[in-house]
This record gives sequence, structure tokens and C-alpha cells, in this order.
Amino acid sequence: MITERRLDTVDMHINVGPQHPATHGVFRMVLRVDGERIVDCVPYIGYLHRGFEKLAENEEFQEVIIHLDRTDYIAQFNNEFCYLMAVEKLLGVKPPERAEYARIILAELNRIVSHLMFYGAFGGDAGAITPFLYAFRERERLQRLFESVSGARLMHFYFRAGGLKEDLPEGFLEEVRRILPVLKQGIDECDTLLTENEVFLSRTVGIGAISAQEAIDYGCTGPILRACGVREDVRRSDPYSLYPTLDFDVPVGKKGDTFDRYLVRVQEMRESIRIVEQCLDRIPEGPFRTPIPRYPHYRVDPGEVYVHTENPRGDYGIYLISRGGVQPFRVKLRSPCFCNLMALPAMLRDAYVADAVMVLGSLDIVLGEVDR
Amino acid sequence: MIGVLKGLVQTWKTHWRKPVTVQYPDERLPLQPRYMGFPGLIWDQAIGEPFCTGCQVCMRYCPTQCMYVTMQDNPKQAAGESKRRKIVETFTIDISRCISCAICVEVCNFDAIEMTHAHERAGYYPDVVPDLPQLLKMSEDFRAQRGQKPARETRDVL
Ligand code: SF4
Ligand code: SF4
Repeated sequence: MITERRLDTVDMHINVGPQHPATHGVFRMVLRVDGERIVDCVPYIGYLHRGFEKLAENEEFQEVIIHLDRTDYIAQFNNEFCYLMAVEKLLGVKPPERAEYARIILAELNRIVSHLMFYGAFGGDAGAITPFLYAFRERERLQRLFESVSGARLMHFYFRAGGLKEDLPEGFLEEVRRILPVLKQGIDECDTLLTENEVFLSRTVGIGAISAQEAIDYGCTGPILRACGVREDVRRSDPYSLYPTLDFDVPVGKKGDTFDRYLVRVQEMRESIRIVEQCLDRIPEGPFRTPIPRYPHYRVDPGEVYVHTENPRGDYGIYLISRGGVQPFRVKLRSPCFCNLMALPAMLRDAYVADAVMVLGSLDIVLGEVDR
Repeated sequence: MIGVLKGLVQTWKTHWRKPVTVQYPDERLPLQPRYMGFPGLIWDQAIGEPFCTGCQVCMRYCPTQCMYVTMQDNPKQAAGESKRRKIVETFTIDISRCISCAICVEVCNFDAIEMTHAHERAGYYPDVVPDLPQLLKMSEDFRAQRGQKPARETRDVL
């Protein structure tokens, strides 16, 4: 006689990270798995904590910018943009039109750089090395442009309260105009390489999906939220700078899975190119900075302000308190990656272990910003 | 299958493109004119002394606190050759800690310091801390090099 006996299985814990090539930085997650299926995931962060918010309290408003570069270190111009809008609001100055357009051009190009970086790394996560090389070829064109503008390839420190550090270099706008068609072609090539690739599709479609309601509950923003079909973009919902005058679409996905997150970003790159093209047509000659008394050691009146912008990774917010003087009293960063990352356990529920890396890659986290 | 084949055609096409990479130690990409390497001190040709007065403003604002500056009375002023009452005595920058942020350039009231193109300075400890003569030389070399042509112009390739 055969008696039926239940096999008692024990959940196993798998540790991924903190130094693992798939975690894109120093990030650790502990997966609880039942066979191949993930039951639970606990993310551990804080390995890259540098105390940005505390450091900012001991430095002048101008110097804080260098730390902003180092929070989201793939989208530096976007971060500076957000912080300086906060400072300018407190100072009560408006940057000249040329500076506004220059900022938008640089921020949008930086968005393309960031998404290309995501594209390359994501292809790598899926086991494809070629997209990485393609993406970096395109990215390099823009990095050289940035180097010609700010003198640094990564930590630009180029935006200043009231405008820019110095004027755009001679021939910069023509160079951007020359590069845009090449870039467009490059993005199309990247698109051909992955978007229709069946192997890639089978690794991404339907993996790590969350519903729109869940994404909103977790506070997800940026491409993660838009992939769920929510048309939410700070550039549209709470317009800042000259974005209301610019014409662009906000691409959204349908299912909120890993593939939609990828596709939204690819489409966003094209929209960014559209924005840059419009800015190139409109950017006027003129001053690049509004004079501020006692620059660069300017004094800021007491006050509080919260400014948020649409970074490549989502809704990036700066809450700035000044009690007068040359130093900020408090700088609080609303980090989009941090909120997006917290949705990771929900996305990984019931996924396979092999997909964990793909889902994490699709979040496009930058640990410098998560941990500040 | 179609998507994979499309990708293959793409890689095949790319195979015939001009490479964008250079063989690094032999060929170098040109640096942009605004490139910021490590800071160097400017020499005042007219008088024959550094512009730097050793006022320590840059030292105070440097975010990594990698500079050390001291000041002395200017002997040339006593001799009537210079208008600067004070002059730099020692000046060191620990460039293993310098982040090339150019804050020192921005805060200097005497335009005495500039960002040079020096960047390949890896080394062991004492070698990465240039002192005053070396810092002056960095700036001098930088100014001498500025007319120089790069090994290969890749602007059209990239
Ligand atoms: S470089 Fe400029 S700021 Fe620094 S000590 Fe010399 S004069 Fe002062
Ligand atoms: S560039 Fe920045 S880190 Fe380097 S010495 Fe100057 S202020 Fe200090």
C-alpha cells in the first residue's frame, strides 16, 4: 500500500550583493526562495551613504551643488537644475532666457545619456553584451559635448544660481544640431537590436509587473509609473522652467512589466530629442547669468521651498530651508530611486530567481541617490 | 526569429563602420579646451613671482580640504619690485583627494589659480602632492601646450 506523504520543503535564503555585477552598485537583497520561485525579497541599502544632507548644512549654497552631482551620478545636470530652481526661488531671481534654454538642452541630453546607460546595462542583464557597446558609443558623443561645456565628463558643476557658470562654448549649438540626427539613428539602431528580439522579449514581457494602483501606493514615479499606464510627468503636471512652451509627448506603457519600462525609456529618448530640437530653434543670444549681489557667496533670505523636477528616474524633489545667511539650514532630497526601489519586493513576488536581476535592472536604480 | 535576424543585420552593418575607439596609450582623444584637470598656480611674468598671495581663501572653500597654504611677507615688496605685500610661502595640493571641482578657481580673488589639463597623475603618496614649484610648472606646461595639436582628431568619427 502506498501512503501519500507530503514533502516538507524549507525556504532557502539567497543573498545577492552588495558587490555583485547585477546590482548596478552596492546594493544587497536577500531573496527567500521556494524552489525557483521567489517568496519574499528584502532590499538592504545604505552602502553608499555619504551624508549629503548633513554635509549640505555646513557648506555654502554654491558649494552644495557639487554634492548634488554626486547623488544621481548619471543625471547630474537634472539634479543641479532642481536644486538651483529651489535656490533661485528663495533668492527671488530669474535666470535669463538663454540660460533657461541651455539648462533644458543640457538636462534633456542628460536624460538621453541616462537612458542609454540604462539600455546598455539592461541588455547586459539579459545576457546581451552588444547593446552595451552600442549604447556607449552613442553616449560618448554626448559625454564629449558635456565635457566641452563644463570641463568635466561626469561631475559637471555647471549650473549656478541665476544662470550658468559661463556661457555655452562657441559652436556648441551647431555641434548639438550636428549630433542629433546621428543620435536619432543610433537610438533606432539600439531599438532594432533589442525591442523585437524574441530572446529578449521572452525574458522581459510579463515579468515583474505591478498594477498602476500598486505603483502609486509605493510612491513610484518616472518611467516605472508611466509603464503602468499612468500619464504622470512633472514637466506636464507641475510645469517648471520653460517646459509649458515646449511640445512633447509623455510615452506610457500598458502592463507595467519589465518590457514596458524598457520601452517607455526608449520612447522618452526620442521625445527628449524633440525637446532639444525645439530649444535649439528658440535659444536667444544674451546674458547667461543674472547678477546676484556677493556672488558666489550670496546670502539667501529666510524661507522654505520645495521644488521637484522630472529626472530620468522620476520625481526628484528638493526641500530647502534657509534661515538667512550663506548656508542652507536644511536640504532634504526626495529621491525617486528610493521610492521605486521599495516596490521591488512587490514586483519580485512569485517571479523566478533568474528574473530578479532583470527586474532590478529595469528599475534603473542609482545607489548614489538611494543612499545619498 | 525575425527580431533576432534583424538584430544580426544591424550588427553586420555596424561591422563596416569606422571604429570610434582609439588605442589608448599610443593615441589619445583631444581634451576639450575647457577640460578641468588638476589646479595649477599662475606665474606673474611681469614681476617674476606667483600671483598667489597665500590668502588661504581657496583652502577654506575646498570641499575635500586637500590644500595647504601658508603666507609670508614679500621680500620683493621690501625691495620695491612688487606691489604685493604678502606672497605665498608654501602651497601643496593633495591631488589624490582633489576632485577637480574648480571651486578654488572660482573663489580666488587674485586669479592666481587655474584648472590645467594635467590629469594622468596616478602615483604613490609623496608623488601625488605637488608643492609650489610643481604647481607653477603644471600651469606653465598647460599654457605651453595649449597650441598643441592632438594625436588624432576624432571629432568627425564620434
Ligand atoms: S590661490 Fe588664490 S585664493 Fe588660494 S591662497 Fe592663492 S591667492 Fe588665495
Ligand atoms: S579643484 Fe576642488 S578639490 Fe581640487 S583643490 Fe580646488 S577646490 Fe579643492
